[in-house]
Amino acid sequence: MRVRLPSILKDAALTAFVAAALGIFIVGFRTVDVGSRTGLSFDYQLADLAVAVGAIFVGRIGLSLAAAGLRWPVVALGAAMMAVGASPLQLPSGFLHWFVALGGVMLVIRGIWPWARGTLAAAASTPSGVLLGQAGAKWFGWLLLAAAVLLPFTPAADQKTMDLAVLILTYVMLGWGLNIVVGLAGLLDLGYVAFYAVGAYAYALLSTQHGLGFWTVLPLAGMMAALFGIVLGFPVLRLRGDYLAIVTLGFGEIIRLVLLNWVDFTNGPAGIGSIPGPTLFGAVFAETAPAGKRTVSEMLGITFDGNHRLIFLYYIILMLALITNLFTQRMRRLPVGRAWEALREDETACRALGINPTNTKLTAFAIGAMFAGFAGSFFAAKQRFISPESFAFIESAIILAIVVLGGMGSQIGVVLAAVLLIGLPEWFRDLGNYRMLAFGLAMVLIMVFRPRGLIADREPSVRLHPAGSGAGP
Amino acid sequence: MSEPLIEVEHLTMRFGGLVAVDDVSFAAQSRQITAIIGPNGAGKTTVFNCITGFYKPTIGRLTLSGGERKYLLERMLGHEIGQRAKVARTFQNIRLFSGMTVLENLMVAQHNKLMRASGWSVYGLLGLRRFTRAEEAAIGLARTWLERIGLVGDADRLAGELPYGAQRRLEIARAMCTEPRLLCLDEPAAGLNPRESAELNQLLVSIRDVDGTGVLLIEHDMSVVMNISNHIVVLDYGRKIAEGAPAEIQRDPAVIRAYLGTDEEALDG
Repeated sequence: MRVRLPSILKDAALTAFVAAALGIFIVGFRTVDVGSRTGLSFDYQLADLAVAVGAIFVGRIGLSLAAAGLRWPVVALGAAMMAVGASPLQLPSGFLHWFVALGGVMLVIRGIWPWARGTLAAAASTPSGVLLGQAGAKWFGWLLLAAAVLLPFTPAADQKTMDLAVLILTYVMLGWGLNIVVGLAGLLDLGYVAFYAVGAYAYALLSTQHGLGFWTVLPLAGMMAALFGIVLGFPVLRLRGDYLAIVTLGFGEIIRLVLLNWVDFTNGPAGIGSIPGPTLFGAVFAETAPAGKRTVSEMLGITFDGNHRLIFLYYIILMLALITNLFTQRMRRLPVGRAWEALREDETACRALGINPTNTKLTAFAIGAMFAGFAGSFFAAKQRFISPESFAFIESAIILAIVVLGGMGSQIGVVLAAVLLIGLPEWFRDLGNYRMLAFGLAMVLIMVFRPRGLIADREPSVRLHPAGSGAGP
Repeated sequence: MSEPLIEVEHLTMRFGGLVAVDDVSFAAQSRQITAIIGPNGAGKTTVFNCITGFYKPTIGRLTLSGGERKYLLERMLGHEIGQRAKVARTFQNIRLFSGMTVLENLMVAQHNKLMRASGWSVYGLLGLRRFTRAEEAAIGLARTWLERIGLVGDADRLAGELPYGAQRRLEIARAMCTEPRLLCLDEPAAGLNPRESAELNQLLVSIRDVDGTGVLLIEHDMSVVMNISNHIVVLDYGRKIAEGAPAEIQRDPAVIRAYLGTDEEALDG
């Protein structure tokens, strides 16, 4: 494409004008209180505005050049902006340094993007690239698992990291559970957190009032959540699509409101405290054991360390999550799993083939609920205190976002999305006020570049010809 | 004549004030192809939807004979008709599981058999031999059908990626994988070129003669209807106006008037 400099400049000037017109009221000046007599006066920040508009002008020129296919001028412009942002030059505010530098980074990426993508695609299509890709897909999951198992023994495993790891794994497990319902069976469930709450309250009540231990209650909590899933699912699952989403949303809120208002049973908004943690062969994780029990450090003959409890919790949730994953992988290859996916594709055709849609959906719903129940009782045992606040709609939304962002039905995708969605806001804490802004930007970028989720490939549940045998496409 | 495979008696279907099917009676035999023809809006697909349980008939009895038993289709739930009475169907607009592979489509069709073999997933989860054997047998049946429709090489491709004609054939193979007594085909030749139509004829004839399945066929393509059907039922405005062998139907003045206007040539297609 031929580059027409005047039109590019005109376009950039127009963009800068729009930015200036919008920015003048937001950035350009602000009112300050100067005392009761004179009232308000203006504090002009026109220098800030000028720098921002200048950066936008340069950036727009860069984007136009990139669209015209000019790589190196774009990279040069981007590098210049980065240099200005990083230089000791006194810009009016610290944020503007970030703004200009980040703009430069994005411009450089935009400049080399077509070339990088072409090179990567070419490398991936060479024979060794194909082999590497297949090996990568095969081993990536195992590498992640090895990293997860070894994490507590690495020097990075301080209390903060382990806390975050336990949190991420809880969401991974919830994501895998919801993946059965949303990803495989295609039932949009906006009230998944209700089953998580059932599991959590099942453990909290049974342990504090009836003295049952974690390992006894764990299967019970799963069963109870599954039962709730069946009770809700039976009338509801004949609805399709949006209607199902609305009813499950309502059910999630109902459970929360019941927990909030049935004070005699659930202790209402005050929540339930001093829930016992999980035990290891009957030994508790504490410095001193309660009467009739002994501590793990006594049993193993090691000195007490507060981190032991956290590491133990980490391995419990890792195990629970892996069970969820293995179970799902196995189910997908069974007739019932294929029927779930077929229901997602076309319910009418399923009925014509003699598949009972209600029963099939119900199994997906109940199994998904069961894993939420397991995760819920783990959550109660970890927190030692639960209240209805922990089971708000936003939790359902986050779990659903993990499933959708990961790529519907993809197991590894859920892990990556959970790390991003739960981990990123924690890592971005240094950015202060801009934390959620950066988080939102990351989400937008993922949706722009991977619109069908991080991992959109689907591995067939059964093959006639072995993979890569050359038959078929 | 032996006992009919399906007997439709006084079938009437009303949607509010509209009478889509009005007192239609006919019978279809196994090992025969029975075609239902008629102009657009004659109620052909409505008859199909009643037989396959998508609609509950307003009036009428639908009796399917399977071995010793008789099934009253109008009293069964939609999926039971496929599961127990063993009636399979295809759709006017193809309804494959397009995000799943060709082989998976044929495996889903064998769901009920495999569910029993997998002990409602318990044996399957434990990986018992009785399930893996049943699954191998199911893959074998799927492979046989893929060979018959010429799609073995495409078994691991997504069904939605196949060309149109192959999708039509695959939908028929998927219905046949349920091992039905009665196969209902809703315009299987729609959108096929003459060569593909001829292949379809062969496939349907082999389903009739080799598998011994009764076939009920809605079709506009007269080259298909007249060449392969044993018996033709003609509907117009929801009523049955004629019934008989292809040669009789071609001569029937009521059919020519109502369905083909005056152009007799078109029947020879």
